[in-house]
Order: sequence, then structure tokens, then C-alpha cells
Amino acid sequence: MTSLVTTQVGIAGRLEPTGLTVEAGQLVALVGPNGGGKTSLLRALARVERSSGTVAVGGEDVDSAAPARRRHLLSFLPASRDFAWPIAARDVIALGLDRPGQDRVEELIALFELDQLSARPIDQLSTGERARVLTARALAARPQILLLDEPLTNLDPYWVLQLMAILDTAAQSGQAVIVALHDLTLLPRFDRALLIADGRVQMDEAPTSLMASERFEEIFRIQAAKGGWAVRR
Amino acid sequence: MRAALVLGLILAAAAHLLLPLTPLREAQAIDPDLADLILVQLRLPRTLLALGYGAVLGASGAALQAAFANPLASPDISGASSGAALGAVIGGYWLGLTQPLALAACGAAGAIGTLLLLMGLAGRRADTATLLLAGLAISLAAGALTSLALALAPSPFAFYDAFDWLMGSFTDRSLVQAAAALIPAGIATVLLLRRAKALDLLALGEDVAASIGVRPGRLSVEVIALSAIAVGACVSVAGAIGFIGLVAPFLGRSLTRGHPGRAMLPAAAIGAILLALADLAVRSIHLDRPIPVGVITALIGTPLFLWLVLTMRRRLAS
Repeated sequence: MTSLVTTQVGIAGRLEPTGLTVEAGQLVALVGPNGGGKTSLLRALARVERSSGTVAVGGEDVDSAAPARRRHLLSFLPASRDFAWPIAARDVIALGLDRPGQDRVEELIALFELDQLSARPIDQLSTGERARVLTARALAARPQILLLDEPLTNLDPYWVLQLMAILDTAAQSGQAVIVALHDLTLLPRFDRALLIADGRVQMDEAPTSLMASERFEEIFRIQAAKGGWAVRR
Repeated sequence: MRAALVLGLILAAAAHLLLPLTPLREAQAIDPDLADLILVQLRLPRTLLALGYGAVLGASGAALQAAFANPLASPDISGASSGAALGAVIGGYWLGLTQPLALAACGAAGAIGTLLLLMGLAGRRADTATLLLAGLAISLAAGALTSLALALAPSPFAFYDAFDWLMGSFTDRSLVQAAAALIPAGIATVLLLRRAKALDLLALGEDVAASIGVRPGRLSVEVIALSAIAVGACVSVAGAIGFIGLVAPFLGRSLTRGHPGRAMLPAAAIGAILLALADLAVRSIHLDRPIPVGVITALIGTPLFLWLVLTMRRRLAS
């Protein structure tokens, strides 16, 4: 089932108009060098800033959806973990819901193992703990599309694996998950990978074939080496 | 907690209207109509203004803090009150306006002007230091321009005449003046309160709020315009009153578990109670001449403000 369809979504000067179709249940990785346009694409899809083109989720135009409906269409997690107000972790997660739903909040607190931290103000948590709370907020309304900008950064190895498992479950339940990331060792766990550089999608393939390509190494300026990657000379 | 706030509001209103009792009792003994006159013509406008202006300061302070994502934003610190005073002085002493509503409009225009200037200088969601510096610069400039406008005003008594008002005072205001300030301010405040949910979502950051359908840019401009109309209308009648707009939202947020948007309503109630009590204190202190209520709020507010700065510093350090 097609979940996300965009037509010519672009941001002047940063992202060339991009047409993209993502199936429901697909786990999509966005990779690319710094400043290449991963965040711009996520922001354009999330309609965070004025961008050209249209974004439809399940056939519904996102721009014309009311806020309460929009939460069920898509959710965006920015890369920043900053939070201006000392709001308890539990309440931050609840802000992801249109109507207070204690059961869902409790479910997410358990899923992200936040029991001990849930009453603490979010600004008093470590960066990694904050990342878990903010990701839980993004998942709260069970949106059809999850747009996550570097959700795995700041997490310890246990939580990288746990979050990957959570995202796998989300995809299995029919949500489309689009994740910007830098850790190439995680790429094989995705169904599809988009390589973004110079403000446009350069490659859109299965992760293994993407990583095996000469173009991938050229754009990243790295090469396959024993036990991982090395800087390309 | 809600019941305690409502009770506090009723008690503060009753105390402000009825205390001190002696003049009312003495008037009652002479002529019952005289007591009614004191109550309705003298005390009621003052009570309404103190409660209403306090509520406006609380709600608009909370709204500005939520919009700027900064607990130090407030109508006085951001320069809105000084701008409103400048607008009202120009309207009253230079344009010769006497209608309370026209003066309220001038106050609102002055406040909008300064807030837009602040947004231009510091940007939306400015860091605390930039916001304070830009607000301080605007406040000082507006204060100096107000002094200049009074010094050069056609009326030689302008300075003396304006002193009490500039420092914030509810003395001898009529019901018409109270209505001119509180009707536009009340409408603007209700419109602000309707934005509570959007302002709470803004706490998640502008990008997340925008992805949910809130338009952060438009919301900030709306909050700035509405709080400027509310504060400007009140300043034009009762002068600039400091610190309530800073302290009431801080206390309000402690009742809403830190949520900045939904803190507007409790902040309004707390602002009303604080200003009514401050004005009651002014009325109870017997000196040779009346003390402007703004002096009392500043005297109480300054230590609270310093404590707030220290708390923030400790939080940043940890």
C-alpha cells in the first residue's frame, strides 16, 4: 500500500524538487554527507517550512489537514534535543497526543524504559535520555509516517539496538519510517536507502547495493576497508 | 488549586473594594447615597482596573514568555509597557486626544511598535541575553522619548501631571476610563487565552509545532499584537506597572507543571490578585502624598526577579 507520495517537494537553494513514494511499512534510511540535504528533505516532508510541491499521506493532502488530523498523518523529530521549558518527561510525551491519553503515555514510558525518569523535568535529563523522551513523543499519536532526524545519535549501544527494534515494530504495524542517520553499519537493517548530496536524491536503492556502488564511495569520500570503512585516498 | 485561585481572586476583589472600611462607615452615617457613591464611582473603577490590569499583565506576560520561549520575556522587560506609555503621552500631550478609547489605541500602537522592534532586533526565540539587552535598549529609548515628549509638550504642567500616571496609578479613574482600558484589553486577553494549546505545542520547538500545523511565525505575531493591545490599553489609563507580568507567569507555570501556554489562565488570576493587593497596600500606607502602585510592584518584584535570575543561572550551570 502506498503511504507517502510527494510531488516536486523542494526548498529554494537547499533542496531540488523531489518526487518520492514510500510504501506503508517501509523502513527508509536517508544518508549523505553533512549539509547534503537530509534534514531539508525531512523538513520539507514534515511541512516545517515553506516548500514547493505537495505531500500526501494515505491520499490525504498534509497542508490542508487540521492539526488534530495531521498528528495521525505524520510526525517529525528534529535533530535538536534542546527544550526550553522544564516540563516533566511524561508531560512532554503527552504533548504528542491531541487529547490526553494516559494509557498511551504509560505504554511509551514502559517501551522507552523511562519509569524512573518520567517525573523529572526534561531539561534535567542527559542528552541521550532526552532523545528517548522526544522520540516517544514523536511516536505517541501513531502517525502513518515517522520522519526522524538522527534519532540514533546520542544513544548508547543498547538504546541504538532498542530503538531500531522499536522502529522495526512500527514498520511491521504499517507505519512508514524515514530516518536520517550517519551510522553506515546500521544501513543493512533498512528496506531502502536514499543517498542525498548537493540538495538532491542521488541514489535510491536497497542498502546493500547502495553501499557496494562506486558512486556511494565517491560521494562520501570513503571506501570499503577491512572491518568497515576508510577515508578514500 | 483552581478553587484556591478563584477564592483568592474573590477575596482580593472584596478586600480591594471594601477596605479600608472606615470611610465607607462614616459616609454611611452621614448619607447612605454617599457611601454608594464612594463605592461605585471611586472604588469600583479602581478595583476593576487593578484586577483587570493585573490579569492582563499575567496573561500577556505568560503568552510572551511562551512565544519567545523565554521566562524573562514580559510586557515591561520587553519594552512594551514603555512603548505604550510613549504612545499615550504622544496621543495625550501632542495630538490633544482626550477620549479614553483614543488614548488606549495610542498606548496599544506604542506597545505594538516596540514589540515589533524587539522582534526585529532580537528575533523570535531569542536567547535570554539578547532579549534582555534589546528589551532594555528599547525601554530606555522609549523612556527617554517619553521624557522628551513631556518636556517639549505644549502644556508646561505635562511633567508634573504625568508623574503619577507614568509610575502606574489607579487613583481617581472613572468607570468610563476603566471600560476604555478593560474592554479592548479583555477581548485581546480572551483571544490570547484561546492560543493556549498552540503555545504549549510551541514548547516542543518551532519545527515540531510547525509539523503539527501550528504556524510559529504567525502565532508569535498574534501574541505580540494581542498582548500589546491589552497592555497598551491598560497603560494608557493606569500607566506602566512593572514585574507583575514577569512574576505572575512564573507562578502560573508552577501550577501547570511547567506548560507555558496553559499557564496563561492561572497567571492572569495571580496577576489580578497581586496587583489588587499591591494597590491595597498603596491605599493603606498613609504618607503626605499617594505612592504610585508601580513603585510597590517594583519593590516587591525586584527581589523576585533577582531570585529568578539566580535560579536560571543555577539551572544553566547544572
